[in-house]
Amino acid sequence: MNDKKLIITGVIIFIFILIFPFLYNLGGTTEFIDPVLSEKAKAAKFCVVPKEDMKVEHMQILDVWRDTVVRKGERVYVNSDGKKFTMSLSTGENSCLGCHNNKAEFCDRCHDYASVRPYCWDCHTDPKEIK
Amino acid sequence: MNVNYMLSFIIVLALCLLSYLGGEAPGLRYLFGIAIPYLAIVIFIFGFISRVMGWARSAVPFRIPTTCGQQKSLPWIKPNRIDNPFSKSAVILRMILEIVCFRSLFRNTRMAFKNTKTGMRIAYDWEIFLWVAALAFHYTFLVVLLRHLRFFFDPVPFCIQILEFFDGFLKIEFLSNVIQVGLPGIYISGVILLAAVTFLFLRRIFSPKVRYISLPADFFPLFLIMGIAITGIMMRYFTKVDIVGIKEFTMGLVSFSPALPEGVGGLFYVHIFLVSVLLAYFPSSKLMHLGGIFLSPTRNMTADTRATRHVNPWNHPVKVHTYEQYEDEFREKMIEAGLPVEKKE
Amino acid sequence: MADDLPKADDLLNKIDHNNSPPTSWMDTPVNIRKGMYCYASSPKSVKYLGLPNARPWNPLDDDWKLPDNWKEIVFEGLKERLDKFRSFKVFMDICVRCGACADKCHFFIGTGDPKNMPVLRAELLRSVYRNDFTKAGNLLGKIAGARPMTLDVLKEWWYYFFQCTECRRCSVFCPYGIDTAEITIMAREILNLLGLNIDWIATPVANCYRTGNHLGIQPHAFKDMLDFFVEDIEEITGVNCEPQYNKKGADILFITPSGDVFADPGTYTAMGYLLLFQYLKEKYGFDVTWSTYGSEGGNFGFFTSHETMKRLNSKMYAEAKRLGVKWILGGECGHMWRVINQYMDTMNGPADFLEEPVSPITGTRFENAKSTKMVHIAEFTADLIKHNKLELDPVRNDNVIATFHDSCNPARGMGMLDEPRFVLQNVCNNFHEMPPGTIREQTFCCGSGSGLNAGENMELRMAGGLPRANAVKYVHEKYGVNMLTCVCAIDRAVFPPLMEYWVPEVDVSGLHELVGNALIMQGEKKRTTDLRFEPLPGMEDEIDE
Repeated sequence: MNDKKLIITGVIIFIFILIFPFLYNLGGTTEFIDPVLSEKAKAAKFCVVPKEDMKVEHMQILDVWRDTVVRKGERVYVNSDGKKFTMSLSTGENSCLGCHNNKAEFCDRCHDYASVRPYCWDCHTDPKEIK
Repeated sequence: MNVNYMLSFIIVLALCLLSYLGGEAPGLRYLFGIAIPYLAIVIFIFGFISRVMGWARSAVPFRIPTTCGQQKSLPWIKPNRIDNPFSKSAVILRMILEIVCFRSLFRNTRMAFKNTKTGMRIAYDWEIFLWVAALAFHYTFLVVLLRHLRFFFDPVPFCIQILEFFDGFLKIEFLSNVIQVGLPGIYISGVILLAAVTFLFLRRIFSPKVRYISLPADFFPLFLIMGIAITGIMMRYFTKVDIVGIKEFTMGLVSFSPALPEGVGGLFYVHIFLVSVLLAYFPSSKLMHLGGIFLSPTRNMTADTRATRHVNPWNHPVKVHTYEQYEDEFREKMIEAGLPVEKKE
Repeated sequence: MADDLPKADDLLNKIDHNNSPPTSWMDTPVNIRKGMYCYASSPKSVKYLGLPNARPWNPLDDDWKLPDNWKEIVFEGLKERLDKFRSFKVFMDICVRCGACADKCHFFIGTGDPKNMPVLRAELLRSVYRNDFTKAGNLLGKIAGARPMTLDVLKEWWYYFFQCTECRRCSVFCPYGIDTAEITIMAREILNLLGLNIDWIATPVANCYRTGNHLGIQPHAFKDMLDFFVEDIEEITGVNCEPQYNKKGADILFITPSGDVFADPGTYTAMGYLLLFQYLKEKYGFDVTWSTYGSEGGNFGFFTSHETMKRLNSKMYAEAKRLGVKWILGGECGHMWRVINQYMDTMNGPADFLEEPVSPITGTRFENAKSTKMVHIAEFTADLIKHNKLELDPVRNDNVIATFHDSCNPARGMGMLDEPRFVLQNVCNNFHEMPPGTIREQTFCCGSGSGLNAGENMELRMAGGLPRANAVKYVHEKYGVNMLTCVCAIDRAVFPPLMEYWVPEVDVSGLHELVGNALIMQGEKKRTTDLRFEPLPGMEDEIDE
């Protein structure tokens, strides 16, 4: 019957779409290159909270920091060990970017890989980019 | 307590538990993370093909569209081109509207007996909730599915980024030190999907008619999808997972060089296992309406049978009562009544 | 009407749509109840047609006298039909039980019996399909919605598939277009393999096979009956109609359901045809013949099996070919037009011995019928009226306040909605539509279609006809509607008792009865009555004289 061809075409298209991710990656994928810790960060050894928590929680921490700074005017963060940090993303040597001074190799690497577009940079800038 | 949904609920719960343990036990991670997902995809593809080709093998002996509007007849009568399609292009339009907009479901009415002064009146009101929920469910499911493509492409295609942008358009954030919702940014599709699935579930529970017709097979996929949505939402907004690690894992899967992610907990294994179960279950279930709707003869055929002959591939000859046999039996009476006959004796 | 039929109010009050049995439908055995089923097929009729297992049997008996291997027959029957009909296979597989169809069925609305929800009706069969033809059903059984074939299941099939009129209303609302009519057709085919037909179908089919019409009217009697109408017409109009029978070389063959020559009020419609043809003959030399061999438009074979449908339908083309006509004109009938519109050409065509239908009066080419070569009389008459070829005096129908009932098959298997309305509004000044949701493609069945118009299942018929009657009641109360006009012979046969039961003040007519009333014949005398010998408005006194 003539509609069999049509049905087969439809099924082929459907399966093609379905397995497209496999086909696309047949040539092998580019391996993810881990973000690079700057010399300064390496030397510090410890961020504001442990690395594993930082990996998944940093967006919350930054958001709470923003609210605390903007609404309450407080600029000091105390972590569970009692250590104090300045709450700032990009201003000065004691800010996040002051330590992680390689945004492209540090922040962007993961964000780009996972297709995440934080709106930090709607307001903030990477101090390196200004000059 | 309804045995049908309890049964499905218990099965899905057991599946969750099983895969959670599987994800937590290092020895089983390979099975739940790699072997089962691959197997599920293979079952889905071959199952889907065999089901559709099974339908394709069956003949379409008659052209039986359900005509839902005025036919094309006299030139001065306006035909309903979509609901009574006379041409192939009209059928395509009808099918697109059916598949993309759920046109038939859009017509849905609710019947109610109403007491009036002059007695009982049966009223039929437009009932749109099922259509809204169905549409919301299917489209958000699609968006969620497409959004997940970010795990399978590197770099992530621009169109997926656009989709993520619009899906994440509502920047709802509620962040206190106690409860934190909204980061990473809320994808509205996931929320609507869960709401729609819940509505469809509650409808099956609370509408007496729908409850009576529901089988375990109707609750099972709802619970599965609910489980998938809940674990996904949990991972994204609450328990948090190492997203980069997961993408490395999924990229490994699609490039046939799978490697288990490190430091990813049981919840992720529940998520991926439920998806695998859904995929493997799909071809042997009612979910095949995805393919079947394209082949429904009451919708995908032209309503022009009187103008263009449809050919039945198995048009068997049948025994008929011929005019000669008829005249032989009634000839005398026909002659007597003055009716013309072929053979006069 | 049957004595034990409950009173209308009682029937209405006992309907409860939300009161399902406490047990699941699979565990609720069928209760074959008097008034809800039709008598079993007579062995004589089954035998005459050469269909299987002709024997006397009674649905109320435990023993249905089935062949020993009946389960095998059912299995093979299902298997064969799954291969032959994609519709059947797809509809078995893809229902999601969303319930959109549930309250669309007139039998569910009228009975509240959950197994009359189209989805459950189909599940009765689907459950067995899953058990026998799917792995999941075979392995998981009840959990997967599967159950083995048993005698109880068979009885349930018989009971409920003869409580479906194949009206297709559910199919309009189904998001996948699942058509319960199609499922009922298959179920009935399989039931027929075991000799489980109802007599109201089997005997008309046997009659039709032998005499050319369901009622078993033999050729001479058929002519007698029409002659009787000719006399009545002469008395009413003074015009002598001269119908032609079995005339070779006529331009057009006319076939209409035999119900219209047999019983009121269909007979008045037949008189309408006679008047119209006489009018056209005198004025335009219209040459049309009736046939006694092809004296049935309807096709109860359609309610038996595809094969039986084909066997009965074959007479139309055979007779057209024998008589050498140009094309075929079909009368007002419901399922007849589903068969002609969607099956006839495929089954018994191609009709290459006929010509593409052209109205000899207006020259209109009926391009929508160019292959099947059969035109509906409402299409034909609408075209005549549009071209001003008929002299009409609609005032003669002023005693009529009409509403129009779309018959299921012309509506949902054809889409003939506006043609009859156009004709009706040209011959009748008072016309009111029933509420939307009850007309056109959403029209409600009469409740007695697909061979269920017997006398013994009157309760079923009254319940199934409730939604239609209730919509009529609405326009009756709102606009004073007193005439339910339709283009279906079964409608004309079953609406009078239905109206008497639910809306006693409303009468029933065919479309061409009203055409016959309004048509100004050449040389007619002043009409004082309509075709029913009932006085015309303002003419009451003159009759007394």
